[in-house]
Amino acid sequence: MNPGTGGAVATAGLELATPPVKPSSLFRRSLRLWRTRIGVALVLILVLLAIFGPYLAPHSPDAFIGAPNSSPGGKAVLGTDYLGQDVLSRFLYGGRSILFMAIIATGIGLIAGVAIGLIAAYSRNAVDDVLMRGMDVIMAFPQIMLALVAVTVIGAHAWVIVAAIALTTAPRVARVTRGTAQPVVERDFVAATEAMGVPRWRILTGELLPNILGPLMVESSLRLTYSIGVIAALAFLGLSPNPNSANWGTMINENEIALSVQPWGVVIPVIALAALTMGTGLMGDGIARTAAGIDRARGEE
Amino acid sequence: MNWLRGGGIAGFIVRRLLLAVVVLFLVSVLVFASTQALGNPARAILGRNATPASLAALSAQLHLGQPFVTQYWDWLKGLLHGNLGISLAAQQPVTKVISARLVNSAALVVLSGAISIPLSIAIGSWAALRREKLFDTASSTLLLVLAALPEFVVAVVLVILLSTTVFHWLPAISPIPPGSRPWDHGKALILPTATLVIAVAPYVARVMRASMIEVLESDYVEMARLKGLPERTVLIRHALPNALGPVFQVIAINLAYLAGGIVVVEYVFNYTGIGSALQDAVINHDIPLVQALAMIIAAVYVVLNLLADVATILVTPRLRTRL
Repeated sequence: MNPGTGGAVATAGLELATPPVKPSSLFRRSLRLWRTRIGVALVLILVLLAIFGPYLAPHSPDAFIGAPNSSPGGKAVLGTDYLGQDVLSRFLYGGRSILFMAIIATGIGLIAGVAIGLIAAYSRNAVDDVLMRGMDVIMAFPQIMLALVAVTVIGAHAWVIVAAIALTTAPRVARVTRGTAQPVVERDFVAATEAMGVPRWRILTGELLPNILGPLMVESSLRLTYSIGVIAALAFLGLSPNPNSANWGTMINENEIALSVQPWGVVIPVIALAALTMGTGLMGDGIARTAAGIDRARGEE
Repeated sequence: MNWLRGGGIAGFIVRRLLLAVVVLFLVSVLVFASTQALGNPARAILGRNATPASLAALSAQLHLGQPFVTQYWDWLKGLLHGNLGISLAAQQPVTKVISARLVNSAALVVLSGAISIPLSIAIGSWAALRREKLFDTASSTLLLVLAALPEFVVAVVLVILLSTTVFHWLPAISPIPPGSRPWDHGKALILPTATLVIAVAPYVARVMRASMIEVLESDYVEMARLKGLPERTVLIRHALPNALGPVFQVIAINLAYLAGGIVVVEYVFNYTGIGSALQDAVINHDIPLVQALAMIIAAVYVVLNLLADVATILVTPRLRTRL
């Protein structure tokens, strides 16, 4: 888990060639790689589990159904947790909030970051410097730090966590966007559209954006991986919107103390979080490799 | 922006230093504004049931009555004089609360860096030399998977495997009692260090591999080989130094990342450092402590990035022509 580096690595050496590869076709091509297939499969399983899990749960997530920390058997297939609640039910309820918050936060951060990065790359003047130095200031904080500061002051509301993750995601996306858009800005077709009098925002969205979608797809999956990690980590630190609700990060924290007696309350959410982040990571790497492969092939033409 | 160019290496270093000072100043504004000006800190600390009298007393202690700029200026002056304020939870100066913890955390970060950097450079170089062979494929898949895992998940997996459930070799928690030093507790350091190494090494190794592959394909390495130099000399004298350039950046970013990563890792292992102190401070709404720790961690981050930029320029002669 780490902010800021992977995306730059993945996109390093990406020379952009015309015409741009459509994201849908890039994704389809990347599915030829086993790592992408495994990644997509893992993500799909966990997303379905997070969405439909609550309907499958045998018990309510906060019903007491047995003695605390009892081993699997009887009413509780995976045993009970530190309060005597059903581990399986809490697990089935526990993915939704993490996944939703991560997706919304990453989405907002992506949109803001892409907008800032494109404006910076296209402006080619002091606006570029001001925007990117501003991004540097936000990036001077480790992602989780800014979330911790925000939570201290305002409280662990869902919107605070989402806003903090979005705010820390945006500069990292902006940096990649600017880096990949800069060479595109210099190309003739941009000058041509400018000469035709096309409005600036249409140049940004219609000319620049389609040419950087490949690297952006890679960056999005990377950012989603980190958002999931940070949100789960905050819950693990005891900072989630509702401290009593079922949440994989919270479950790990609550049941870690009884690990040697009843490991399932920790093991199952750990496996789920590991599978989810590995899935998004593998998916991103598959897409990055495919994009790099397409580029290399074009270079040789 | 012509004043941003020229002046050679010395000029570059001076400019980077000034930029770092500006960034740190803006960071301090951001930290202070977000903790002191958003909402009412006194209410955030005391909660909803606070009496007006206790609110007034705390507001006075935090100097909330004064204009924001005055509050900020006093805080910044204290910061520059090494006075970080009074911790609300401990009712002691922040410096006293965190000085021993700072040493503990620094020990953990330095140890993790000292292990992960050579290890990841070795893995990355070896993978580049064995490109597309078994070691390369196996290590890059493993590193990819490890890189995606949140560090508290890595930490908990290590605890399950090595201390509570599968094997019982290592302590599951690593508190450093007051008065003792982290290096007196070697066994307790193993799991936190291993977690941080696993969190950082994959990135450095991947960048090292990519950088080494590029260098190995370059003309000057081919030239060195054609001159008949032994392969060892080619690799160690010609390839390695050039491949390290881009890696410095990533190493610095990752060391800086450790400064944030310790928050979660220290909490998992109950390690007595500034990371677990920050978690405590957040839970207790101890705003002066949160401000101080946020500034320390951000400063480490900025300084390491500065060092990385300077080191990259020093080891990569061809970048100097662009200054």
